[in-house]
Amino acid sequence: MATSTNSAIDATAVPETDDVKSVAAALVAAGIGCLAMGIVTTLSEAAKSVANLLNLYKPVGPLSGKALVAVAIWLIAWVLLSRIAKAQPIKVTRWIGAAFVFVALGILSTCPLFFDLFGDK
Amino acid sequence: MSMSTRELWVTFHGMVFGGVFLLAYSAGALALWGLTGSSLTVSGLKERLLFLRLCTLGMAALAWLTAISGAFVAYPWYRKIPPAGADLAFYPQALLKANPLLHEWHFFGMEWKEHVAWLAPIAATAVAYAVWKHGSVLAKDDRLRKAVLLMHTAAFAAATVAGGLGALITKAAPIR
Repeated sequence: MATSTNSAIDATAVPETDDVKSVAAALVAAGIGCLAMGIVTTLSEAAKSVANLLNLYKPVGPLSGKALVAVAIWLIAWVLLSRIAKAQPIKVTRWIGAAFVFVALGILSTCPLFFDLFGDK
Repeated sequence: MSMSTRELWVTFHGMVFGGVFLLAYSAGALALWGLTGSSLTVSGLKERLLFLRLCTLGMAALAWLTAISGAFVAYPWYRKIPPAGADLAFYPQALLKANPLLHEWHFFGMEWKEHVAWLAPIAATAVAYAVWKHGSVLAKDDRLRKAVLLMHTAAFAAATVAGGLGALITKAAPIR
């Protein structure tokens, strides 16, 4: 006799449950964190004053501030997006698309070929 | 055969934390790829999820260890400013900048590595969260599973750029 543990999982499409929205929020927040790293890197390159502001720990230099700011923005975005996603219907596919646009922009804007275009140092 | 404390730290940063992270990618990617409800039984799904949870959590932890040890332990040694007349072999950044044939290893290589490396732990943590908290949902929602697999690959891509450049920079100007 077949038991329930050996039966196949129902793989039909699921509605946008809180679980689905929670994953989408986590992915978008990660994208925002990546983009934040790219933006602070570019800003730091564009303005010496920003680089000095981000120099929180002298042995590491401005990288210490860039990492701290990016991680803080990522975590704040995660909390906020989770609340937004829980409170209202969202277009999950669009959120997922946005997440990867942000990640791609993050990778691009941490590359010297990009941020050197704005360099004043 | 001996290693200095600095060389030991750099080895842990690049080969233990970073290297194991990169090796674990394919195991995680395969497990995520195969996490489809239509091809797994309930007990099969439980087994696959347990493996995936341990794998993605381990990868997230390794990604943070790699980024933090790189930025706050190895990087200060790399960028230390040499006193006048010092042997530049002990000051990698200064050594690279002083040589026109090598200076792109700093201005392109290290400048990209030090920043892009931070994308890996952020992306890997999102993947670990999705798998730990909502793993069974990923098995039912193909769109979500593929998105998490893509984020897993983004973490790997960022770590590959950082790790690859790190290995090449270390070859040109090792931390001693």
